[in-house]
Amino acid sequence: MTATTVDAVPDVATTATRTRPAPAPTPFRRVLRVELRKMFDTRSGFWLMASIVILSVIATGATIIFGDRDTLSFEDFAAAIGSPMSIVLPIIGVLAVTSEWSQRTALTTFTLVPHRSRVLGAKLVNTLAIGAVSMFVALGVGALGNLLTAVISGSDTQWDISLGAFSQIVLANELGMLLGFALGLLFRSSPAAIVGYFVMNLVLPGLSGALGAAQEWWADNSGWFDPNESRFLLFDGGLGGQEWAQLAVTSALWIALPLLIGTRLVLRSEVK
Amino acid sequence: MITVESLSKSYGSFVAVDDVSFTARPGRVTGFLGPNGAGKSTTMRVMVGLTAPGTGEVRLLGRRFADLPDPGREVGVLLDASAQHAGRTGREILTIAALTMGLPRARVDEMLERVSLTPDEASRRVRNYSLGMRQRLGIGTALLGNPEVLILDEPANGLDPAGIRWMRDLLRDFADQGGTVLLSSHLLHEIEVVADDLVVIGNGRIVAQGTKEELLAGAGTLVRAADGAALATALGAAGITARPTSGGAVLAEADLTRVGQTAFAAGIAVTELRAADGAGLEEMFLALTAESQRETVNHTSTTEGAAA
Repeated sequence: MTATTVDAVPDVATTATRTRPAPAPTPFRRVLRVELRKMFDTRSGFWLMASIVILSVIATGATIIFGDRDTLSFEDFAAAIGSPMSIVLPIIGVLAVTSEWSQRTALTTFTLVPHRSRVLGAKLVNTLAIGAVSMFVALGVGALGNLLTAVISGSDTQWDISLGAFSQIVLANELGMLLGFALGLLFRSSPAAIVGYFVMNLVLPGLSGALGAAQEWWADNSGWFDPNESRFLLFDGGLGGQEWAQLAVTSALWIALPLLIGTRLVLRSEVK
Repeated sequence: MITVESLSKSYGSFVAVDDVSFTARPGRVTGFLGPNGAGKSTTMRVMVGLTAPGTGEVRLLGRRFADLPDPGREVGVLLDASAQHAGRTGREILTIAALTMGLPRARVDEMLERVSLTPDEASRRVRNYSLGMRQRLGIGTALLGNPEVLILDEPANGLDPAGIRWMRDLLRDFADQGGTVLLSSHLLHEIEVVADDLVVIGNGRIVAQGTKEELLAGAGTLVRAADGAALATALGAAGITARPTSGGAVLAEADLTRVGQTAFAAGIAVTELRAADGAGLEEMFLALTAESQRETVNHTSTTEGAAA
């Protein structure tokens, strides 16, 4: 079979490797910038980001309209804005990862930046930065609402949120985003990861409560396992030493661990 | 320059790529041919690090893909033109790639023009693109960083005849300027026209490689009968290497006279007998892939041949 044994291809070039100098390595800030752009440059991405501002305004407006304007304080606004944030921000965390798979852009992304950990790192930094910025935007909108209430009711404005309390709210939301990000890595599918997030946030507390009612041991110790108990406490600001320890333990179990496993999966998986 | 060395990749017990070695040289267009599921795309994904190899390795310009400092500026890749965010505009997709490679924005407009996407088309979202437009955009992304190597998986898919001609000229130019092109396709005619070297793969294994001229010259004699398998067996029994292809046709590695006489001696009525070089790549392709698909059939014919 002569056809298969031909290897006498003329040696075109002895320049076995390259003919020009190698380019400079891709710097991380470039990856960071590109990944940030990718979170905003589609309609869905843009409106998801815009929804942070829009929801803040709606929540603030609703608080002014339906709340008792004479007693409203900054804390009420923060609470009103906090609940839509705790839903939108984790979804941003999920989609930052999963959109690469649902739209199959991972094919291009990882051929332009073959070290996947750099892409994931850039996504994580951007996600957390967006979380922090969103919280400041939300706080700003809430503050405007608070001022407006004072003008309408003629009472003094009440600024009853300390820096410490605000940082705790930011921390709670960042943890939610990290959880979303981790679930995104784990599932690499938007619906699965988003459903996973809501199961953890809406279904698990109920299950834990039911278990606690039946089992005294669980009722006493669920804080060490339930991912929500201590995290929800962050919004109210009342964490003692034990609650902080529980937060650390549950975050390691429910956020750090999936993050590690998910990262490992993404780094090794085949991209099709 | 692309060097593939003893590359294998299995999924469970299924061997997708089996000990594949070849080289795509600078200044030449290397055609990567094979039927669907032969392992072309898997091999290409391994090349660019999207799939981990089982054993063996691939080097591009002397390095592993992951070790290229800024891969887009050295190796242009198009694996699947449809793998783009449907909600981004064509211009945005090129802009993202340009930003990743640290290229000036002007390069995006330059490339849009090069791949013949009008400003109006470039500002449309990719979900509204035809497959041909996606291919142009994908080729644009691959060429954006002015690479030395191009790896293109089925780039002619969805292009109209004018688009195919355009791409052929583009690849020819690229190779003539010293670039390395590896291009897979099942469009045999396309490969035959543009490629200098051929690598033919079937069931994960390389069944032929060499320059196009050498491969086509080695095609021998094409002979056809009502029962191609019987004819191949008869030729094999006479010591002639013969591969049944399709429609009763057999590719035999012997001259016309000997093949004709053998068939006559075996009492098989020949319906066609001619030099196979006119049959071109298609016959060769079918023959080579038929062999790997029906390995047992062929083995009997060659062993019988050896026994005789």
